[in-house]
Amino acid sequence: MTQIDYKRAAGYFLLSDFLKGFKLGFKYFFAPKVTINYPHEKGPLSPRFRGEHALRRYPNGEERCIACKLCEAICPAQAITIDAEPREDGSRRTTRYDIDMTKCIYCGFCQEACPVDAIVEGPNFEFATETREELFYDKEKLLENGDRWEAEIARNLELDAPYR
Amino acid sequence: MVEFFTNTYLGMFLVIVAQILAVIVPLLVALAFLMYADRKIWAAVMMRKGPNVVGAFGLLQSFADFIKYIVKEVVFPAGADRAVFLLAPMISLVMALIAWAVIPFNEGWVISDINVAILYVFAVSSLEVYGVIMGGWASNSKYPFLGSLRSAAQMISYEVSIGLIIIGVIISTGSMNFGSIVQAQDGGYGIFSWYWVPHFPMLFLFFISALAETNRPPFDLPEAESELVAGYQVEYSSTPFLLFMIGELVAVVLMCALVSLMFFGGWLSPIPGLPDGILWMVLKMLFVFFMFSMVKAITPRYRYDQLMRLGWKVFLPMSLFWVVFVAFAAKFEWFWGAFARWG
Repeated sequence: MTQIDYKRAAGYFLLSDFLKGFKLGFKYFFAPKVTINYPHEKGPLSPRFRGEHALRRYPNGEERCIACKLCEAICPAQAITIDAEPREDGSRRTTRYDIDMTKCIYCGFCQEACPVDAIVEGPNFEFATETREELFYDKEKLLENGDRWEAEIARNLELDAPYR
Repeated sequence: MVEFFTNTYLGMFLVIVAQILAVIVPLLVALAFLMYADRKIWAAVMMRKGPNVVGAFGLLQSFADFIKYIVKEVVFPAGADRAVFLLAPMISLVMALIAWAVIPFNEGWVISDINVAILYVFAVSSLEVYGVIMGGWASNSKYPFLGSLRSAAQMISYEVSIGLIIIGVIISTGSMNFGSIVQAQDGGYGIFSWYWVPHFPMLFLFFISALAETNRPPFDLPEAESELVAGYQVEYSSTPFLLFMIGELVAVVLMCALVSLMFFGGWLSPIPGLPDGILWMVLKMLFVFFMFSMVKAITPRYRYDQLMRLGWKVFLPMSLFWVVFVAFAAKFEWFWGAFARWG
């Protein structure tokens, strides 16, 4: 003789699950909405946010990168390519600094490896392009990013400094 | 001038065309906003904002979608039966629209006041399944075919219980005319003399069957995004897809109208003393549509065997029993004649 769970059967018959679900749905119907109007309104970003790369400069305009190639060595996706030779004044600088943004996995290892805080991942995440070629960043593009986002990047580095 | 419209064929034809336009045009315009309302309600339950970009509060979203649909390219799958492929969405839309010919919105506000109105609606809404089956078959593709097979079984299963529920209402009224059905619910107690009181369990059965009949969630198995991508609509694009969408939504609104007419007293006022009118009918339809949308938002999809079990092993016996019960209750005037209102 099979046992019939009358309580469960009655609940099923009286659509109790649906009534509960309706009540909950109706509660959330009037709840404040969590959506933000994205292009006009943006969510908060952590200072550690790893977005588009940038090469920074010293305040006097000298580029920070000393071509140690630690970032190139650590890059797990092998997205970074660096060529370097001594400059006319004898200092060692890159002649080529390319990042293939289609390969990059945004792990932030390059930023961690950099001894002079030259390569950083800035707060910008809106750099979609219409062609693949535009995502092969060269040194010029990266330095330009650095100039453009320097204020935000400096602030983020400062905020995050106590935890490093 | 009056004789031109009553005595000549051209005049009568023009009157009929005008009547049809007077129903179809407001219906389709209302549909655009109902689509928007559906999406907004769905979004609100999920704590989203829903469409809010096109026009004030996104009110013109449906029109933007409409323009997008009609300017896209119509893609025919290789090996598709072109004639049937194009005929399917047309059937889906036309079958949904012609049922409105017998739906009254107010005392006498009906294109065709026939005596078998409810039977006609039932017959026409049964034919809607052909649009789905033809669309699925003509696409020459696996998912649409599976979706249309499911749809056929599902719609036929639930039509059985819808038919039996309708029989209960017909027995209570003694007529198949929607006008008579609404008049029979005019009992002097306002909201409490409508059929939802004596036919209370059938209200829910009819509503759930209507969900299954119109392929709405939680019974949207013919579309089943997660398994069948979009079921019978997979290969459709552009205007044919739009016709399917409109057809489906017209069928939903038709079901709202049927629930309003059969259980909520159509255009009758819920409070004795207030005037009856089209406003009440529209409000009732909107209420039922709101319930349709809420159900879409709160329920997960049924599994196919659960759907079939519910249809054949729960709804069919219950509605069959109800027909027998109503027949006795009407014949012997149980419950102070609440079930017998033909006198």
